[in-house]
Amino acid sequence: MGSRASTLLRDEELEEIKKETGFSHSQITRLYSRFTSLDKGENGTLREDQVNFRGFMRTLAHFRPIEDNEKSKDVNGPEPLNSRSNKLHFAFRLYDLDKDEKISRDELLQVLRMMVGVNISDEQLGSIADRTIQEADQDGDSAISFTEFVKVLEKVDVEQKMSIRFLH
Amino acid sequence: MLRAALSLLALPLAGAAEEPTQKPESPGEPPPGLELFRWQWHEVEAPYLVALWILVASLAKIVFHLSRKVTSLVPESCLLILLGLVLGGIVLAVAKKAEYQLEPGTFFLFLLPPIVLDSGYFMPSRLFFDNLGAILTYAVVGTLWNAFTTGAALWGLQQAGLVAPRVQAGLLDFLLFGSLISAVDPVAVLAVFEEVHVNETLFIIVFGESLLNDAVTVVLYKVCNSFVEMGSANVQATDYLKGVASLFVVSLGGAAVGLVFAFLLALTTRFTKRVRIIEPLLVFLLAYAAYLTAEMASLSAILAVTMCGLGCKKYVEANISHKSRTTVKYTMKTLASCAETVIFMLLGISAVDSSKWAWDSGLVLGTLIFILFFRALGVVLQTWVLNQFRLVPLDKIDQVVMSYGGLRGAVAFALVILLDRTKVPAKDYFVATTIVVVFFTVIVQGLTIKPLVKWLKVKRSEHHKPTLNQELHEHTFDHILAAVEDVVGHHGYHYWRDRWEQFDKKYLSQLLMRRSAYRIRDQIWDVYYRLNIRDAISFVDQGGHVLSSTGLTLPSMPSRNSVAETSVTNLLRESGSGACLDLQVIDTVRSGRDREDAVMHHLLCGGLYKPRRRYKASCSRHFISEDAQERQDKEVFQQNMKRRLESFKSTKHNICFTKSKPRPRKTGRRKKDGVANAEATNGKHRGLGFQDTAAVILTVESEEEEEESDSSETEKEDDEGIIFVARATSEVLQEGKVSGSLEVCPSPRIIPPSPTCAEKELPWKSGQGDLAVYVSSETTKIVPVDMQTGWNQSISSLESLASPPCNQAPILTCLPPHPRGTEEPQVPLHLPSDPRSSFAFPPSLAKAGRSRSESSADLPQQQELQPLMGHKDHTHLSPGTATSHWCIQFNRGSRL
Repeated sequence: MGSRASTLLRDEELEEIKKETGFSHSQITRLYSRFTSLDKGENGTLREDQVNFRGFMRTLAHFRPIEDNEKSKDVNGPEPLNSRSNKLHFAFRLYDLDKDEKISRDELLQVLRMMVGVNISDEQLGSIADRTIQEADQDGDSAISFTEFVKVLEKVDVEQKMSIRFLH
Repeated sequence: MLRAALSLLALPLAGAAEEPTQKPESPGEPPPGLELFRWQWHEVEAPYLVALWILVASLAKIVFHLSRKVTSLVPESCLLILLGLVLGGIVLAVAKKAEYQLEPGTFFLFLLPPIVLDSGYFMPSRLFFDNLGAILTYAVVGTLWNAFTTGAALWGLQQAGLVAPRVQAGLLDFLLFGSLISAVDPVAVLAVFEEVHVNETLFIIVFGESLLNDAVTVVLYKVCNSFVEMGSANVQATDYLKGVASLFVVSLGGAAVGLVFAFLLALTTRFTKRVRIIEPLLVFLLAYAAYLTAEMASLSAILAVTMCGLGCKKYVEANISHKSRTTVKYTMKTLASCAETVIFMLLGISAVDSSKWAWDSGLVLGTLIFILFFRALGVVLQTWVLNQFRLVPLDKIDQVVMSYGGLRGAVAFALVILLDRTKVPAKDYFVATTIVVVFFTVIVQGLTIKPLVKWLKVKRSEHHKPTLNQELHEHTFDHILAAVEDVVGHHGYHYWRDRWEQFDKKYLSQLLMRRSAYRIRDQIWDVYYRLNIRDAISFVDQGGHVLSSTGLTLPSMPSRNSVAETSVTNLLRESGSGACLDLQVIDTVRSGRDREDAVMHHLLCGGLYKPRRRYKASCSRHFISEDAQERQDKEVFQQNMKRRLESFKSTKHNICFTKSKPRPRKTGRRKKDGVANAEATNGKHRGLGFQDTAAVILTVESEEEEEESDSSETEKEDDEGIIFVARATSEVLQEGKVSGSLEVCPSPRIIPPSPTCAEKELPWKSGQGDLAVYVSSETTKIVPVDMQTGWNQSISSLESLASPPCNQAPILTCLPPHPRGTEEPQVPLHLPSDPRSSFAFPPSLAKAGRSRSESSADLPQQQELQPLMGHKDHTHLSPGTATSHWCIQFNRGSRL
């Protein structure tokens, strides 16, 4: 199956993905077969969002653990997708529903509603959201910007907590 | 002696029952008349001695800790062993024979269980399961490796002629010895590592290994022991297979016993609502029963208790009352620390008994070298394998600490004492070697591990206060990772953890938690609650400084120092009572009546409990004052919550409902209004809605739904349950009471016929209900009788100030622009993720979100009832009061 998948994947494309995402050859082919099995319409994209394999891999690359040899990589090159700030930005975008680079109270409430149990009342959710924003808010705009988001999480081991182990 | 006496420790009742039965017998046949004084040492000897030993150990602990210098350098366990050596020497010199030794029976039945229960119950479960793979590897493979290599190497040493020929032991004997000496000891590890503070991952790996390797040790020991007893010639191939099989039986069986008892324990505590007092007892009894059951079936008892503690904690903590939780915590810690102290002391005493051991330098030195060497080698090899699979590899420094932290302890000693001398002729040599190994590891390694950790710059554990953001975002990370694993199609750890959490939420928690606890159970909410309390406390502790720090200057505010000494509260403070008065409430009221007083009042409401610092300093560990302190925390928290809620809810001020609606009829009424389903779907836990205004206000917080109609029954529960507050309409203008169980009730209000702007403007008017509660329930008890008139006067002056009405319009205009839109939040069906990432949250999440939004859909409907005030007011009304108050508190808290 893996070999079939790799034949469908053009070599130059594979190389590009490899360079961009840092996945190994076998990981890419493995993920490609996963991608094709997810691709129910068999048109090379997923769902209505039209995610092609490139995008799929780019997304997953956020969760690749940072390896030792990557830490000392040259600073000048493009930031790898699995860097701390990229991992954080990925999480940030999940909150930032309207993509204005700010997490507003409404957006936070929506996420909270999904996260916490059904049993927490709206008032409680509201107060949690308020508190969360007040805690993070530094410039007083009652919203969390990305810099504020990074600041609150500076003590969290994001590199570890936003990584999964991909099979080799 | 100890064994008999310790039964008294474990079961005080049994000991108490013994004494009266003995007394009638003792007088003997001819009663020599009435004795004025009778000496009955032998009747009390055993328990008396036990109590004395524990007392001596505890006193020694106190003495050790008098000097901070000593305890910071030398681990307590070392000091205790040394003390034991000294005491043992004294006993030996006085009694001419060694007494009071560590007996295996006592050790395994009474001293070990509390320590293991304590460590299992307070084990950070998330961390434990995050590292379960590594822990299991080290515990199983590592222990097997240590046992076989050490045993074989010692045998080789003997074959090489380095061990004196008088040590009569074959390969099997050495393997037996290797199996008992190889296991890392939980007691020793805990005692030493607790003082070292290495990072959590390292600690949990070493400590988890020491707990879980018990199963392996027990099996190896038993198998080897029975092989030795059978004689090596009679051992068949099937016996080896049986040995391997018994490893699984003992470990899995032990874990299963523990989980079964954990389940029972959780289930039992679900029904203790009316008998709160036995909750702590249940925890200890069932955990001990798990231990004994496993021991009875010769399964791994340590594993059973560990699993029991680990498994039950979540549900038990949710079920039992707050006080029981504190009791369980302290009792467990006390028992464990007591047992640990006694173990180390008795170890020292036992070592003095020279009749038990025989020295052989070759064996002792060889064992020491081998256990250190093979431990290190084993750790390096296993870590290399593990690092292939670990997300965060263990580096070299970690490996050094892990090798060096392999302490041996009392378990090994107890096991070696249990050996049968007739079957194992070299027992005495083994005893001596074990004692030396234990002493060496505990004393030498225990002493040096701290400097070593410092020198190697091992990552220490950092304690930083959790923030809501961290908690929330880490939750998000977990969900994201579970989703990503799902997308990738490789179902790893996060996927299974997510599945387990869903299963737990759906079935287990429902089954094992009482309904009220289940409803409010949420980690994010927990953190929020704890932070709130912490802020409230720090706010109170900060006192007036908070005000200036936020730049909130109140011209009319009197400075704290200028408070007249004649003030009632000041006098009260002098008298040292725990009165919950706040002098600034009174003084502020006296000094001015403008709007800023309102701000002031609200600020101070949070700080009503002024003298709490004294409580904390003097007897923070004391149970009773803990009680008072806890209530203070709660009330401060309640006030915070109430105020914050009012900022959301204040819309409802203006709508005047004249009908009274006692609780039972509520549902019907709601249906009529067409706003029914939020309460219904959420299990009717909200108490009264705001549209219910009543002559008699019920703030209902019920545990069982059927009890809701039974308004005559008043629950006498401090923590949670039903709180009925009934007051006549004329007395109460507003009532907002947040019950202790964290369920926030929308404050039902009664609007008096008079204009309500005053009420909005002057918060003491609205806070009056609360104030009255404090006065009635707390203060009047504490205020000395002669003070009460003064107090009442100040209260009435306070009330009289509330009456002048003032203009409402300016206040509304100075409302801060609120970030929130004018509409209720839309119904989110799933999290719109960013365009590049095309996955949604796991189905359960989305589902939760959906049902949540469904139930919230009725909110707009309710708002239609009050179109005028609607949105503005849904934002923070009373800008100066609730909101700014909160800001201040928060800022203060975060700065700390």
